[in-house]
Amino acid sequence: MKRPLAVVAALAVLAVAGCGERQQVSEYKRGKYQGKPDTQSWGNAPLTYESQKWTPGDRTSWETQIRARQMGQHEDKRIYQ
Amino acid sequence: MARMKFLCDAERCIECNGCVTACKNENEVPWGVNRRRVVTINDGVVGAEKSISVACMHCSDAPCMAVCPVDCFYKTDDGVVLHDKDLCIGCGYCFYACPFGAPQFPQAGAFGLRGKMDKCTFCAGGPEADRSAAEFEKYGRNRLSEGKLPACAEMCSTKALLGGDGDVVADIYRERVLRRGKGSEVWGWGTAYGPGTPGARPPAAPQGRKS
Repeated sequence: MKRPLAVVAALAVLAVAGCGERQQVSEYKRGKYQGKPDTQSWGNAPLTYESQKWTPGDRTSWETQIRARQMGQHEDKRIYQ
Repeated sequence: MARMKFLCDAERCIECNGCVTACKNENEVPWGVNRRRVVTINDGVVGAEKSISVACMHCSDAPCMAVCPVDCFYKTDDGVVLHDKDLCIGCGYCFYACPFGAPQFPQAGAFGLRGKMDKCTFCAGGPEADRSAAEFEKYGRNRLSEGKLPACAEMCSTKALLGGDGDVVADIYRERVLRRGKGSEVWGWGTAYGPGTPGARPPAAPQGRKS
């Protein structure tokens, strides 16, 4: 009798074990991150007088722009071209 | 999904404090607040001196977010940890929780009143409208919204400080470590000014030696 009870109790503990975990992946809901209002970086248009190019609202094109910028930190890629 | 991170190469950092200056200038950080600083160990010991530039590391599981009593922190899609100064009460819990000493508190007045927390934003601003005057005044420049990387990393003269997507930055660093030798070639003339001859290739990685 005690053994099934112990098993049920253990399962119950396991079932709620994840409830204390904080959500690690941020979600953008209705213009807010975790309740705090903010805009996404790719939602803005590029500055008109500079060379950056991406489509406002298109995350992939913005990430392509940022990736190109990141590779500027790589001397082998920047110098030996 | 991009995870924005900083990485500082201790072999290259020359303790010039250019990153600190760039951050202060770009974000107009007030006197007494250093969002970024350079830490040196074995200062003055020949061959053993190492420096590293430290700021908010934008932790994946940030302890500052966990301890904040008013829950003023948030994390963006890019993994940048930001905070809302309108919610911050300046209690200082985040300062004690942070292993890097990133949260800073402006002090003013005769008794050193503690103001709202200020920290590195990865040049991503804050909750106010992007590129607005209100955002600049509270959090500094929003370079990510301009398609740029943080000023500290982009202006680092020896490229010791790298900033950007963690995977990309790690790849750059890995390739560098595999290729480089020791001493002046780590950040020498060729690195700074190029090979001099058109079409030259970067020096090959030394065989049988790990840097």
